[in-house]
Amino acid sequence: MYVAAIFLPLLAAMIAGFFRHILGDRGAQLVTTGSVMASAAMSIMIFIEVGLNGQPQSIQLFKWISSGDLQVSWSVHVDTLTAVMLVVVTSVSSMVHLYSWGYMHHDKSVPRFMAYLSLFTFMMLMLVTADNLVQLFFGWEGVGLASYLLIGFWYEKPSANAAAIKAFVVNRVGDFGFALGIFGVYFLFGSVEFKDIFAAVPEYADATVTFFGIQAHALTIIGLLLFVGAMGKSAQLGLHTWLPDAMEGPTPVSALIHAATMVTAGVFMVSRMSPLYEYAPDALAVIAVVGATTAFFAATVGCTQNDIKRVIAYSTCSQLGYMFFAIGVHAYQAAVFHLMTHAFFKALLFLGAGSVIHAMSDEQDIRKMGGIWKHIPVTYAMMWVGSLALAGIPFFAGYYSKDMILEAAYASHSGPGMYAFVLGIAAAGMTAFYSWRLLIMTFHGKPRANEHVMGHIHESPPVMLVPLLVLAVGALFSGYVGYDLFVGEGREAFWGEAIKVLDATDSVAHAHHVPSWVKLLPLYMSVGGIALAYVLYLFAPGIPGVIARVFRPVYLFLLNKWYFDELYDRIFVRPAFVLGRHFWKGGDGALIDGVGPDGIAAATRDIARRVSRAQSGYLYHYTFAMILGVAVFVTWFLMSKAG
Amino acid sequence: MTVIANLGAAAPELFLAGAGIVLLMFGVFRKSDATAQVGWLAVAALVAAAGLVLTGSKGSATLFNGLFVTDGFAVFTKLATLGASALTLILSLSWLAQEQVKKFEYAILIIFATLGMLMMISANNLMSLYLGLELQGLAAYVLAAFKRDTLKSTESGLKYFILGSVASGLLLYGMSLVYGFTGTTSFDKLAEVLSHHPSTGVMVGLVFMLSGMAFKVSAAPFHMWTPDVYEGAPTPVTAFFAIAPKVAAIALFIRLLAGPFADLVGAWQQVVWLISILSMAIGAFGAINQTNIKRLLAYSSIGHMGYVLVGLTVASPEGVRGALVYLALYVFMNVGAFAVVLSMRQKGRAVESISDLSGLSRTSPGLAAALTIFMFSMAGIPPLAGFFSKLYVFMAAVKAGMFGLAIIGVLTSVVSAFYYIRVIKIMYFDEPVDSFDRPATANTVILWGTSAVTLLFWLWPAALINSAQTAAQVLFPG
Repeated sequence: MYVAAIFLPLLAAMIAGFFRHILGDRGAQLVTTGSVMASAAMSIMIFIEVGLNGQPQSIQLFKWISSGDLQVSWSVHVDTLTAVMLVVVTSVSSMVHLYSWGYMHHDKSVPRFMAYLSLFTFMMLMLVTADNLVQLFFGWEGVGLASYLLIGFWYEKPSANAAAIKAFVVNRVGDFGFALGIFGVYFLFGSVEFKDIFAAVPEYADATVTFFGIQAHALTIIGLLLFVGAMGKSAQLGLHTWLPDAMEGPTPVSALIHAATMVTAGVFMVSRMSPLYEYAPDALAVIAVVGATTAFFAATVGCTQNDIKRVIAYSTCSQLGYMFFAIGVHAYQAAVFHLMTHAFFKALLFLGAGSVIHAMSDEQDIRKMGGIWKHIPVTYAMMWVGSLALAGIPFFAGYYSKDMILEAAYASHSGPGMYAFVLGIAAAGMTAFYSWRLLIMTFHGKPRANEHVMGHIHESPPVMLVPLLVLAVGALFSGYVGYDLFVGEGREAFWGEAIKVLDATDSVAHAHHVPSWVKLLPLYMSVGGIALAYVLYLFAPGIPGVIARVFRPVYLFLLNKWYFDELYDRIFVRPAFVLGRHFWKGGDGALIDGVGPDGIAAATRDIARRVSRAQSGYLYHYTFAMILGVAVFVTWFLMSKAG
Repeated sequence: MTVIANLGAAAPELFLAGAGIVLLMFGVFRKSDATAQVGWLAVAALVAAAGLVLTGSKGSATLFNGLFVTDGFAVFTKLATLGASALTLILSLSWLAQEQVKKFEYAILIIFATLGMLMMISANNLMSLYLGLELQGLAAYVLAAFKRDTLKSTESGLKYFILGSVASGLLLYGMSLVYGFTGTTSFDKLAEVLSHHPSTGVMVGLVFMLSGMAFKVSAAPFHMWTPDVYEGAPTPVTAFFAIAPKVAAIALFIRLLAGPFADLVGAWQQVVWLISILSMAIGAFGAINQTNIKRLLAYSSIGHMGYVLVGLTVASPEGVRGALVYLALYVFMNVGAFAVVLSMRQKGRAVESISDLSGLSRTSPGLAAALTIFMFSMAGIPPLAGFFSKLYVFMAAVKAGMFGLAIIGVLTSVVSAFYYIRVIKIMYFDEPVDSFDRPATANTVILWGTSAVTLLFWLWPAALINSAQTAAQVLFPG
């Protein structure tokens, strides 16, 4: 069952990919969706067995690398953390597969799309079931590949290609750090197996390494390097720029990869390494600060964006920031809890947005929408559910997980924790604000689309609505149902060995005893944000324009996403192009080609010409050459004898 | 009486001499044109001589007062020479018929040239060496000018004759120096004398002799005649020149250097080393700009002689074995390549420009495939025969620690691969021109045979390698 749950999607991807001409669109859809759904069903059973009944499983498939001390095997390692991820990944993935039937209906390469989706699912499962860092890295790169393929799925569009390349290149930066981190782990522990590493961590708690000539705390260095990888994959501040651009991909891809699963791989990985991070408090402090800053930054940018998918993308970025600062304050459980609830409601929001885009004839600009809620009531309702969950309104999923994170941040009583708490509270208000800004601008007010588009508005087909409803159930109840297990009284039994928190720093335990104003503040902020959105965008729609004019520099700063792209373009991209062109023209063209292949070829031709010219046809030339040859031989011979 | 009793060892040479005279009489006294009959009888005579070589004594024997020697080495090289002569003569016969050259003397000249070569191979004295060399040379000069009604052929014959005379002069001068400083012309006595105190004069004489013989194998810098003579001489004559005399001359080279002058190895090694490198380089670079297939093959043979001399430079049994293997495979590759060149006829007229091969893969795919095999083999592409021939000489060089020689050899074979492969490119990727006439049956049979040997040599290399090993061992007693 364990093996089948993981390899079914791969099998389906290969069948749909290689036999697409035989299967046709419908065949590919059936094969991939069927196998992912079967995988989801098995994942739920695995979750019950491993998570609820507390029986972790580890299956060695076969050896992968055996080279000296380095032993790496392919394996299926399932503990509670993995089981949670399995359920999240396969359930969201199967819903997205189903949704794609309707959304990609008009596309001409449906089997390719379905095959990529299944391939992605497989890679994600490889990632979460790894029992060593190398297999995890394999899955990590595999999802990166699938992400690249899917962002650039519409490869006729230059912008899609550019976004795909950007995602790949930015992730390279993160992966470089990740790879260095793995090297560091192997260097320190002599193993890449999780169980060996975790068993040895306490011994190395005070170990130091020399890094760039500086004596440094080894675990902190490793923790930071691994976190660089997580930053890339999970779009944290600095390496976040690819995520909004990744919205060039089809919307189901955005829902699956760039909201629910792949981008949370960083959170998963750091949580998986919790036994190591527990001994690297400085690294955690950095994670808390980066996470909190990302949460705040992305929320501010989200308030000004006009593309429906980009707003949600920045929201994803912001929520990932929440997860990271939760980790930074030792609240891994809260982070994974939020990961799960977020997967449901963010996938719901994306698929809902996809449904809107589908209805609006591929329009994505919310300034050209409005007044359509009556036409697509189910989608409208689903977007409400998703937004309520995102804003953390009581009894929706986000309420439980996000509040837990903020309480844990407060309860950690550390500098980074307070920093995270303050920014997190601010971001919570903005989250509610931009969510309702989106809802109001999209669905309410006067229609701003042209009549042609308005005439075509239609509710999506059931095949697209059913996934929305299923995810809405998750967005409604996953928080309430999971609270006790993930972060409540039952958490220790539930997590078992999967996540390790030292008693002294168990912020989740302290989080249950924070003052009541801390518990209520996020709710006030959310309600305030919602109210503000209503005022600005429904009751007094002139005000936002005035604000934008009055605070023009601030507005532009936010609209242009804090100028990160421009900055990177100036610092990295253009110099890289200049450098690249230099190497190409000067190094490769002039030096290597010139001296190498071209130069040798030219020299050969030149010599050939000379040799041919010597062949004059005159007898006396030939005779002269012979006599000269004899003379030279005799001379050379006598000289060498003398010498 | 002892002389008569021992004549059996020289049976092939005696037979060939007799056959030549008989066939000459036959041709003269026949009223009608006897070219074909004499030709085929000459082929039969060559084959019979080869039979006599095979059935003759396996051990070493000397006769004519030590002027003449036969041994395992001679058997191997004589067989290669006779085979090369017979095959090229067969190719010539169809050419004679096609060009309607009704001169039966052609085959007689080939027989006498071959007789000269056999004598070179068996020479055990500077005098008999020169005798064989000149007999071969004189027949060859006439052959080069055989189409005496065309300017090119006569020019080529004259050039060959004059330059050959210069080379003979060098050789003779070298011999006289050697004789002057040692007082003997016998190989056995020379070896004895030279093992004690070789004088500088002997060595200078040796250098002159090497130069004269280098002319015969068209090694650089004594190669200048080769492209011109090859281009000007009738194509079957070129084929003959390119193959049989090379085998005999290299055999002579080896016998001379590994025999009487073996103790002077330190002296001649550097000269042969230089000749070898120059030949490889000239063979590689000279061919690049050629537009005539015969000139191209001329440079190719210069290069190949360079590779053979690599084996000789090493001066070890492995090296000689490599050289012998190279020679044997060289015979097959070149006979095949010239069979293709002789099949290059458009509307009853011979053509010899490389561009005439354009699109040959479409007009006559079989011919194109065969030439592709030979070109790839000459370039040294595995698993064709030419790869192994190069492999053995380079291996010997590496084993002897002569890395420079091996590296230069590999590099020049890379350069030469360019023009070999260019021929293939022209055949397969250029637009076809006029198609060729149907090749003669004999040519087709020879093509099949030689391409099969070239293509499949790697399946049974042991037979050739072992016999070359045995032949080489004879020269390195103890």
